[in-house]
Amino acid sequence: MTAIFLTDQLLIVVMLLNFVLLGTGRHQLSVRLVAAQGVMLGLLPGILVPFSWHLALITVGILLVKGGLVPWLIAQAIKRSEAKQELQPHLGFGATLVLGAICTALAFWFAARLPLAATHHGHLFLPASIATLLAGCLLLTTRRKAISQVLGYLVLENGIFIFGLLLTEAMPVMVEAGVLLDLLVGTFVMGIVIKHISREFSSLDTSRLTALRER
Amino acid sequence: MLHALILIPLVGALIAGLLSDDQRRPLLLPLVALLHTGLTLAELWHPSGPAHGGWVQLDPLGSIVLLTISLLFLGCSVYAVSYLRHDRPERPNRFLCLSLLSCLAAMTLVCISQHLGLLWVAVAVATVSMAPQIYYNTNARSIEATWKYLLIGSVGIALALLGVYFLAYATLVAGVDATLQLESLLEVAPKLDQGWLRLGFVFLLVGFGVKLGLAPLHTWKPDAYGEAPGLVGALLAGGLTNCALLALIRVYQLMLAAGGDDRLYRVPMMVLGLFSMLVAAVFLVRQADFKRMLAYSSVEHMGLMVLALAIGKGALAGMLLHLIGNGLAKGALFLSSGTLHRVYGSKSTLGVQGALRRVPWSGSILLGGFLAVTAFPPSLLFLSEFTIITAAFRQGSWVAAVLLLLALAVVFLGMAPIVLGMVLGDPPSRLPSTSQRERLLTVLPPLVLLLLVVVLGVCLPPPLADLVHQGAALLRGGCP
Repeated sequence: MTAIFLTDQLLIVVMLLNFVLLGTGRHQLSVRLVAAQGVMLGLLPGILVPFSWHLALITVGILLVKGGLVPWLIAQAIKRSEAKQELQPHLGFGATLVLGAICTALAFWFAARLPLAATHHGHLFLPASIATLLAGCLLLTTRRKAISQVLGYLVLENGIFIFGLLLTEAMPVMVEAGVLLDLLVGTFVMGIVIKHISREFSSLDTSRLTALRER
Repeated sequence: MLHALILIPLVGALIAGLLSDDQRRPLLLPLVALLHTGLTLAELWHPSGPAHGGWVQLDPLGSIVLLTISLLFLGCSVYAVSYLRHDRPERPNRFLCLSLLSCLAAMTLVCISQHLGLLWVAVAVATVSMAPQIYYNTNARSIEATWKYLLIGSVGIALALLGVYFLAYATLVAGVDATLQLESLLEVAPKLDQGWLRLGFVFLLVGFGVKLGLAPLHTWKPDAYGEAPGLVGALLAGGLTNCALLALIRVYQLMLAAGGDDRLYRVPMMVLGLFSMLVAAVFLVRQADFKRMLAYSSVEHMGLMVLALAIGKGALAGMLLHLIGNGLAKGALFLSSGTLHRVYGSKSTLGVQGALRRVPWSGSILLGGFLAVTAFPPSLLFLSEFTIITAAFRQGSWVAAVLLLLALAVVFLGMAPIVLGMVLGDPPSRLPSTSQRERLLTVLPPLVLLLLVVVLGVCLPPPLADLVHQGAALLRGGCP
C-alpha cells in the first residue's frame, strides 16, 4: 500500500512539474525542472520492484542520464548561447497552461479506458505518462527557441519513459540501456546544432529558420 | 559471421576517427564497403543460424534490405573517395566518414535484428548518426535542415518507442510469457491483448512513418535531402528509409499473425500510402530545386511501398522488388545530381541546363535514372509497379489502384519537363568558371547502380527471385 502511495505521490509531482514547465519561459529553471523529473523517474523503479542488480543498474543509469548528463548538456548549451528565456512563444503561457490542464484531464479520461494488467490497477502511471507526453508535445509546438524545443522533446521522452517503468521487469537491460544511450547521444548532437544555430543566426529563434520551404 | 557484418564498419568508424589525414581517410570507406558487401553475399549464400538466443538472424526480408543497402553503400563509398579528395579537399571529413561508417553498422543491425527492442535501438542509432552527414556543408541552410531532421526524427523515434512499449504491455496484459523477440511474439500473437496491440500499431506506424517520410509526416525530408551532399541523400533515400520500411514490415508481420479484423491496420496504411503519393505528386510539379524534387520522388515511392504492403497478397513480391529497385535507382539519381550541383554551382532547375553537353555522363545517368524511377521498361521498377498494380486490381482495391495510377502519371508528367529541361539544350553561357568536373569515380558508381536496376529488370537472378518469393511468403503469413 505504501509503495502505491509513494509512487503516486512522485507521479503527481511529475505532473505538477509539467505545469510549471508550461508556465515558465526561463531556460535555467526549465532545465532544473526537467532534471528533477528525471531524478523522480529514476527513483520510481526502486519503489516498484524488489531489489536486483538489474534494478540497481537501471536506477543508476536513469539518474545519471536523465538527472545528470542530459540536463548538464542543455545547461552548457544555454550558457554558450547566452539565451536566458523564451521571449514570445507562439502561444502565450496562460493559454498553454489551460491547454495543459485540458490535456491532463484527457489523459485521465483516456487512461481509464485502457485495460491495465491486474497488478497496475489504481496506479497513476498511465495517466501521468500520457499527460507528460502531451505536455512535451505542447512545449515542442508552442515554443520558438531551440532550447525550449529540446526541453519539450525531453519532457515527451520522460512521458514515454514513465510508461516504460511498468515494463521494468519485462524489458531486457540492453534495450533500456539503448534507450538511455540514444537519448544521451541525441541530446549531445542537438546541443552541438544549437551552438551552430546561435553562431550562424545570432539567435536561437527557430522561427527564423525559414530558408527552406516550397516557393 | 553476423557479428563481423557489424563489427567491420564499427572498427572502420573507429579508425576513421583516429586517422588525422583528410586525404587518406576517405579510402577507408570503399575498403570497409567491399568487405561488407563480400560478407553480405557470403551470408546470403551460406546463411548462418540465429545468434544471441535468436536476437539476431538474417531472414529473407532482412536479406533483401541488407543486400540493397550494402550495394548502395558500396557505390556511395567509391563516389565519396573522389568527392572528398578532389572536389572538397578543403573541408575536414572526419565526422562525415565516422558517421557514414557507424550508420552502416546501425543499418546492418536493423536488417539482422529479430527483436523489436533491438530493432528500435538500431533505427534510433541510424537516425542520430545521419545528422552529422546532413550537416556536412555547415552553412545556414544545412543547419536548418539538420535541426528539423533531428527534432522531427527524434520525436518520431520516441513515438515508435512508445509503440514498442505498448506491444510489450500487450503481452503483459494477456499474461503470456513472451519477450519482444519476433519469433516468440509471432507465435503468441493471437493471444495478445487486442487493444494494446492496436494502440502499439498506431504509434509504430506514426513513429516509423516519420522516418519513412510518409505524408503528412514528411516535412523534414525535402530539407534534409536538399541540403545534404548527394551521397548522403542517396543513403537517406535508399538506406535509412528502407530500414524504417523493414521496421514497419516487422510490425506488419506481427499484426498479420495476430489475426482479427485486418482492415484495422490495412486501411490506415493504405490511406497514408496513397496520401503520400498524391502529396508528392502535387509538390513534384514545377519543383524549382532538383534535389528537393528527388526528395518528393522518395516520398512517392515510400508511399507506394506502404500501399503495396497494405494491399497484400500479390503486391508483396512487387513491394520487395520495388524496395531493391528504388534503393539502387535513388543512389544513381542522387549521386549524379550531386555532380551536377557542384559543376553548375546551383541546384535550381533554372540554373542547370544542357547537362548532356556539359557533363555528358552525369547528365545521361540523371536522364536514365529518371526513366528508371518512373518505371520505364526494362527498369526493375516497371516490373515491381506492374506487379503491384495488377495485384491491386485483382484484390478489388479499385479506388486505390486508380488513385495510384493517377499519382504515377502526375509524377511522370511533373518530373519529365524538369529533368528534360536540365539535360537538354545548351549550357548557360555565363556559367561561373569552376574546377569542378565529372571524374571517373564520380561517374562509375551511379552508372553501375543504374545498370543494375536495368539488368535486374530484364533478368532477375534465380537466388534473388527465390529470396523475394520467400520474403513475400513470410508476409502472407506462411513459412519461408
